[in-house]
Amino acid sequence: MTWGVAALTVSFGSTRALSGVDLALEPGTLVAVVGGDGAGKTTLCRVLARLVSPDSGVVRLPPQNRVSYQSAASGAWPDLTVRENLEFVTRVHRMGSAAAERRVDELLAATALTAAVDRLGGELSGGMRQKLGVAMALLPSPDLLVLDEPTTGVDPVSRSELWRLISRTAADGTAVMMATTYLDEAERASEILALDSGVVLARGGSDAVAAAVPGKIWTTTRRPEETTRWRRGREWRVWIRDGSAPPGATPITPDLTDLLTAASLARQEVPA
Amino acid sequence: MWAMVVKEFRQVRRDKRTLAMMIAMPVMMLIIFGYAASFDVSEVEVAAFGPGAEQLAARLPAPFAVVATDPAAGREEALERLRRGDVVVAILADPAAPAVLIDGSQLFAARAAVQAFTALGSNIPGLTVEVLYNPDLDTSAILVPGLAGLILLFVGVVITSLGVVKERQAGTMEQLAVMPLRPRDVFVGKIAPYFVVAAIDMAVVLVIGTVLFDVPFNGSVLPLATGAVLFLFVTLGLGVLISSVSENQGQAIQLALMTLLPQVMLSGIIFPLDSMGAGVRWIGYLLPLSYFNLVAKGVVVRGAGFSDLLLPMAVLAGMGLVIFGAAVWRFRSSLAASGKGGAVETVEAP
Repeated sequence: MTWGVAALTVSFGSTRALSGVDLALEPGTLVAVVGGDGAGKTTLCRVLARLVSPDSGVVRLPPQNRVSYQSAASGAWPDLTVRENLEFVTRVHRMGSAAAERRVDELLAATALTAAVDRLGGELSGGMRQKLGVAMALLPSPDLLVLDEPTTGVDPVSRSELWRLISRTAADGTAVMMATTYLDEAERASEILALDSGVVLARGGSDAVAAAVPGKIWTTTRRPEETTRWRRGREWRVWIRDGSAPPGATPITPDLTDLLTAASLARQEVPA
Repeated sequence: MWAMVVKEFRQVRRDKRTLAMMIAMPVMMLIIFGYAASFDVSEVEVAAFGPGAEQLAARLPAPFAVVATDPAAGREEALERLRRGDVVVAILADPAAPAVLIDGSQLFAARAAVQAFTALGSNIPGLTVEVLYNPDLDTSAILVPGLAGLILLFVGVVITSLGVVKERQAGTMEQLAVMPLRPRDVFVGKIAPYFVVAAIDMAVVLVIGTVLFDVPFNGSVLPLATGAVLFLFVTLGLGVLISSVSENQGQAIQLALMTLLPQVMLSGIIFPLDSMGAGVRWIGYLLPLSYFNLVAKGVVVRGAGFSDLLLPMAVLAGMGLVIFGAAVWRFRSSLAASGKGGAVETVEAP
């Protein structure tokens, strides 16, 4: 069964948060939703978690007990211990005690939280709290897993551990949607959905996103005259719609960061 | 420093609730409490029974106000009227042995009555004055049942509202909303601990009051427990309602205090309702603690039973129905999906 949304539109008052968004979430795949602040990533997550009902469109979801959602705030109770947080989830999902215990131990080991099992959620570091949130979301082995920036504020080692856990969950047959601001993470997903101001900017793998971006991206060490420029490390990038070369610039094979920046600039340029 | 002052003024201006508290509350408190803060009793309600009831009633000076006479009735009827809290004084107008029974649970009115009858004694030969329920006119006997109510109110309103707001602030309320829990599971689960803690608190206060302060427990536990449960529904409902309109714990505390203060001052626990100016007395009759105080004082001090306390219990039940119902509705709304909920086809796989 494929979950997801079709022609989804969501507004908050006069603000259009999502407009005509389509997203298919196949079992066994991981879709990374990327975009800047206010792109609509969290709104999309909240629609899939049934926290926001859309203005129009179709939402296809498993039953409520088969969807897990982790909010950007981790979702762990700060005044419960790590074990108590996990136990609460097992009780809500009426998991049998033996199966629940086995699954809890398995996830504690996978998230490297075994040593912190008696620490309060509020006493954990940001990264550990996020890992606990992911473990809580994975506990009932959902059909659809919705994660809202689970790796934001997490150190590189923990990010890598979390990524391994999430991708293994997808490989085991769960449909996973993960909002992230880390494009290096997104590149490893089965599919990328890039949002900008509530509309789909690009979708597919890195190649599909590259194909969807018009024009060409150049790099130069001197600040270009064009307004469609941005910094990458010590260099400048410049996107030119007609592909003509700026003085002193050389063409590059862009990575996802460059592609999405260029796509966003291209979209801003259209109304003008 | 000037920048800091300007920043603070801007923040205060935008926090409308704090602004209202700072400006309107002191004025409101001064006016309300100015009229409420009085121990003076200007009128003591009396019922006269026995063959000479009407003649005796006609001879009673101020502050006594005879509200009922029944020449055919005797001591039993007089005791019943006192236990129900209908009057402060019952006079048994037996020409051979006139007697006055005073309800000691209505402390200030009872003190005024004792004083007045002492002065009257020589005019009515053979008159005996008996103070019932609280013969020493002890303040603690009256305060302890009221304090039990205050504790229920504190736990119900302040602690519950903080508990619910804390959940929302931590972002875990929406975690509960996405879990396979029915709204009533979340609601009952959320308030059950406060219910239990409040009930234990109340029992502890009454036991300590009885043991340490010799407060008599003249009634039975069942009517008191029933009144307490009804009152708890009201207070827990108020707590949840406050949490539903508060964005953070500071706002919840402000609102809870605004709910608590008038109840402390105007419910008859400290100042008798009858001594308050008519302009604020009606507020007292709108407050749930006023009715629980009647139940608690009635059961603990006067030994009143269900039949004596029908009115306050019925009022508490009515308030509970309305306030608790509103709280459940608000709580369900807070767990429901936000947004327009327009033409959406949600397909749920079997």
